[in-house]
Amino acid sequence: MMHRKIILRIVSKQLIPFILLFALYVQWHGDFGPGGGFQAGVIFAAGFILYGILFGLGTLRRVLPSWFTRLCLASGVLIYSGVGVAAMLMGGQYLDYDVLSDDPVHGQELGILLVEAGVGLTVFAAMVTIFCAFAGRDRVTPRKN
Amino acid sequence: MSVDVISSDLLNVALLVFMGITAVAVARLRNLFAVVMLSGIYSLLGATLYVVLDAVDVAFTEAAVGAGISTVLMLGTLALTTSREKATPTARARTAMALSVAIGAVLIYATLDMPLFGDPSAPINHHVVPRYLDESLEETGVPNVVTAVLASYRGYDTLGETFVIFTAACGVLVLIGRPRRRKTDGTGASKA
Amino acid sequence: MSAYAFPGLANYWIAIVLMMIGLYVVMAHENLIKKIVGLNIFQVSVFVLYISMGKVKGGPAPILADNITIYSNPLPHVLILTAIVVGVATTALGLALIVRVNEQYGSIEDDDIRDLENAE
Repeated sequence: MMHRKIILRIVSKQLIPFILLFALYVQWHGDFGPGGGFQAGVIFAAGFILYGILFGLGTLRRVLPSWFTRLCLASGVLIYSGVGVAAMLMGGQYLDYDVLSDDPVHGQELGILLVEAGVGLTVFAAMVTIFCAFAGRDRVTPRKN
Repeated sequence: MSVDVISSDLLNVALLVFMGITAVAVARLRNLFAVVMLSGIYSLLGATLYVVLDAVDVAFTEAAVGAGISTVLMLGTLALTTSREKATPTARARTAMALSVAIGAVLIYATLDMPLFGDPSAPINHHVVPRYLDESLEETGVPNVVTAVLASYRGYDTLGETFVIFTAACGVLVLIGRPRRRKTDGTGASKA
Repeated sequence: MSAYAFPGLANYWIAIVLMMIGLYVVMAHENLIKKIVGLNIFQVSVFVLYISMGKVKGGPAPILADNITIYSNPLPHVLILTAIVVGVATTALGLALIVRVNEQYGSIEDDDIRDLENAE
């Protein structure tokens, strides 16, 4: 198995770090250019999905154990709703980022950054989880009638 | 009107026509592998169209999601099921064709009242959008208006969407997350 | 506005034609994967309709910069951006259901499944 698709394997091994780096750029540069949590999460997941397609689900699961992706899946949503609760605790309304910092504009920037991080984490984990669920399923031979 | 505006409009219509050709090919082909690949191409053409229509964030998402992840998931499903479709009964195809033509005619009739494409005086450009465009930079410090509206002005909306994604992933895990336990009898599925 | 009105309403019309092709695929075909592809076609054409409405002639992408006064409408972009990602998540759920249906019935053709149901 290891000697097959050698060009694909080597080229994608070189590419995957750049895909992940690009995803991080899209995540943190989304305030200034096109991008944001949704896109970054998908691109980050695409890097790992490429890895999984070429090196097998077992190898992918050694890099990203299922407990880890499930943790990411839940913590992304938790970060998002947590920002809302934090705003309430600091005297504002739910998801009102103005109160997160002394300066409302800084508060907004911080809130948007955290919320986008939560979105990115959930989207990334959801895509990897869904891919692994499909890849890990065995093919069933059709039932004879 | 300048040349680049006209050429971008021509490009826009050309891409839409390509999408139409791809969609017709999807409807006619019975090899599901080809259908899935064409649906990826359809998404990619859509992403290009969004760039022409200046929706760069949307184009980005469509290229990564529609052309990338969806295609992978559909290929995964083909690997688990079958890649050949049975022929469609003609009577059913005729009924479906008549129904969709009728609905399409009604919808096209409804567009006759709509403002022309690209019209800056259309109502859609005058309700909340001027506020987003004029004040979002002072209020949020984020130059990308799409990000500002997405995460701040419409934060509730995006929170809901994130929960939908979370729930969908949980649903997939519940449905096919666990490797299937092999049945010893030949009949396969249980009749619990 | 100048007299130049191309493409006028044509964008909406082509989007509606695409929508109807998607609807036709969903209605006419028995194969469940084909139905999902049809739904995808429908979904993308609805997105095209929304994005077409948000385009403003001569307005660039809504990323604020100096000495630009007119922008495309950001609101449809926001709505569709989230809809795309939610769309793929729900598509994945539908595909997972198809995998389970295939395991249960050994077929992904709607009429075969109905026959099996009636036979039982």
